[in-house]
Amino acid sequence: MKRPSGRTVVLAIVWAWLLALLIVPTLIVLKIAFSQSADSVPPYAPMLQHDGLHASIDAFALILSDPLYAHALLLSLKVAAISTAICLLAGYPMALAIARAPERWRGLLLMLVMLPFWTGFLMRINAWIGLLQDNGWINTIVSMTGLTPPRLLYTDTAMYIGMVYTYLPFMVLPLYARLSQLDPRLLEAAADLGAPPWRVFATMTLPLSLPGIWAGILLVFVPAAGEYVIPELLGGPQAQLIGRVLWQEFFQNSDWPTASAIACALLVVVLLLPACLLWALRLISTRTAASAPSGATARPASTPPAPGGTAAPLPR
Amino acid sequence: MGTLQGGTLNGLLAVAGLRVRFGEVTAVDTLDLTVAPGELFVLLGASGSGKSTLLRAIGGFVHPDAGRITLHGADITATPPHRRPVNMMFQSYALFPHMSVAANVGFGLRMRGLARPEITARVREMLELVQLHELAARRPAQLSGGQQQRVALARSLAPHPSLLLLDEPLSALDRNLRRDTREELVRLQRALGIAFILVTHDQEEALTMADRIGVMHAGRLLQVGTPADVYERPATRLVAEFLGAANVLPVTLRDGQIRLACGTAIETTSPVPPGTQWLAIRPERVSLGAHDRNAVSGTVIARSYAGDSLTHVVRLADGSTLRTTASLRHGLTASQAQVDDTVTLSWQPDACILLAR
Repeated sequence: MKRPSGRTVVLAIVWAWLLALLIVPTLIVLKIAFSQSADSVPPYAPMLQHDGLHASIDAFALILSDPLYAHALLLSLKVAAISTAICLLAGYPMALAIARAPERWRGLLLMLVMLPFWTGFLMRINAWIGLLQDNGWINTIVSMTGLTPPRLLYTDTAMYIGMVYTYLPFMVLPLYARLSQLDPRLLEAAADLGAPPWRVFATMTLPLSLPGIWAGILLVFVPAAGEYVIPELLGGPQAQLIGRVLWQEFFQNSDWPTASAIACALLVVVLLLPACLLWALRLISTRTAASAPSGATARPASTPPAPGGTAAPLPR
Repeated sequence: MGTLQGGTLNGLLAVAGLRVRFGEVTAVDTLDLTVAPGELFVLLGASGSGKSTLLRAIGGFVHPDAGRITLHGADITATPPHRRPVNMMFQSYALFPHMSVAANVGFGLRMRGLARPEITARVREMLELVQLHELAARRPAQLSGGQQQRVALARSLAPHPSLLLLDEPLSALDRNLRRDTREELVRLQRALGIAFILVTHDQEEALTMADRIGVMHAGRLLQVGTPADVYERPATRLVAEFLGAANVLPVTLRDGQIRLACGTAIETTSPVPPGTQWLAIRPERVSLGAHDRNAVSGTVIARSYAGDSLTHVVRLADGSTLRTTASLRHGLTASQAQVDDTVTLSWQPDACILLAR
C-alpha cells in the first residue's frame, strides 16, 4: 500500500477535527432534540429502548407553537443586525486608518485592535460592569459635569456597548486585510480622472473592499446572533435573546430536548441567513455584469457590443 | 498668456524652479521646463533620475517643496489632481478591475458630470480609436497586456486633456508589440493634437517618438532639444553616453590643437568648447580602414554581428577602446576584420563631438 501523502495526512487531521468537534456534537444535539423529556439523569429518555424506537417531535412542536421562542429568535437577529451595523460603521474607518497609516505604525495599531483578546472574555465583560454600573466610572464622570447620570447597566445600551466592544476586532481585521491590499494607483487614477476624494471612496475604495465587508458581517453577525454572556451580564431582563432562552431551558428547566431543538433552529437560521444573503448578492452582481462574459473566451464577433458600451451599470 | 519663466510665452505647460525632496533625497532639483501645445515631449533618464517624480508632480500626486507649475498660464502648483485638466496614463495602467472596459473609459467623463448619451458616444468613439469597441463589456482581467494598454490610453484620452502624461507606457509590452504601439501612439498624438509628456528609460523610444527630448539625471535636466540635436550635439559626456552608444576618448586642448592621449592630432569642423576634455564619436561614424582624415590604429579585441550591422571593438595603443559599427546594407562582404588583427580606424572631421564636461 502506498504511504499516505503529506496532503492526505493534513486533510485527515482537519476532517478528524471537524468530525469530532463539530459534526458528532451536532448529531448528538440533534438526537437529544428528538428525544422525550424524562425525569432522569440525563433528563431525557434514551431513543433506543427494549420496546423499540422512542423518538419525539414534541420539542420542535413546542418551539414552533409557543411565540416566546420565535420572539427570542427575532430579537436575537435584530440585536445581531444592529450590533453588526455599528461594528461596520465604527470598524470601517478604523480599518481604513490602519491600512493608510505609515507602514511602521501598522503593526502597533493592529496589535492594539487585537490586544483585548489577551485577557479572558468574562473578565473583560465584568470590567464593563464596573465601568457601566450606577456608581461606576462612566456615571461618576457624568455626574461630575453636573448632569444626571443615566442608568446604563442592565439596559440595551449596555448590551450594545458590550456587543460592539467584543465583536469590533472581527470586523476590523477582514476589512484591514482587504483595504491594505488596495492598489493606491487605482485611487490616484480615479483622482486623476476628476474624482474628488469622496467619489474616489464611493467608486473605488468601497466597492473594492466589499469582500472584506461581507467577511466582517459574517464574522460578527453569526456569533452575535447566538450570544448569551453579554445580554445576560450587561443587558436587562427584557433582553430575552435566544441564547438566554436556550440557557434557561437547559439549566433552569432541565429541558434538554427543547434546549437542543432551539440550538438546532438557531444553527439553521444562522447558517441559512448569510447563505441567502450571499446568494442574493451573487444574483444581483451577475445581473449587473450580465453583459460581461465571465470566462476569458473571446466574445463572438457577431454579438453586437453593448449599446454604446456602457451597458454594465456603473457602481455609484 | 502670463509670463512664463525660462520659457516661450506660448507654452502650454511651464515648470519653474521645481524641487521635490523625499527626506534626504532630492528627486527633482530646481528644474525648469516648458512644453508647447501639441508637442510630444519625452523625458529620458535612467531609473532614479527623477523623471517619474517630475511627471507625478505635474499630475498633482507629489507636492513640490519649491517652484511653480503653470498650465495655460494658470498656476496649478497647489491644485489637487482631480481639478487639473491633465490626465495620466499609469505605468501599471491602473485599470479599475471592478468595472467593464466601457466603464473604465467613461469614468473621467462621468466624474465631469457629462450626460449619459454624451458619455456613451464618447466612450464608443474612444474605443473605436484604439480598436477595442468589441471588447467594451469585458473586465480588464479578461484582456491581454496590449489590450489593457490601449484601454488605459483610451481612458486617459477620453476627457480630452490638454496635456497627457504617460509613465513608461510601453515598458510592459513585449518587444515586437512595443514597436508597433510606439508608431500607433505617435500617430494618435498627431491626430488628436494633445500634448504628451512621455517618460521612458529607452533611448530608442525617445529618439523615434519625441518632438523634443529632455535628458534627466539626478533630478536635473541635462539637455533639452530635438532628437537630432541631443544625439548629434550632446551637451555633456553623460548625455552622449546615455543616448546611443558613444566612444568617449580623453583629449587635450593646447594652442587650439586637439590631441588624443596617444598624441595623434585631431582634425575637426565641430565647435570646440573652452576647456574641452573629451572627444565623443558615434560608432557608426567610425570606419574600418584609412578612408578619412582622422585615423588611429589598434588591435581588434571583439567582433559582434547583429544581423543588420557589424561592430568591431578596437584597443588603441594607449589602452583606450574604440568601437566601430558598419551597416550591413550590402551584406557581409564589406570590410571586416578578425579578432587580433591590427587595423586602422578613421572618421571624418565633422564626426567629432567635443565636450568640456
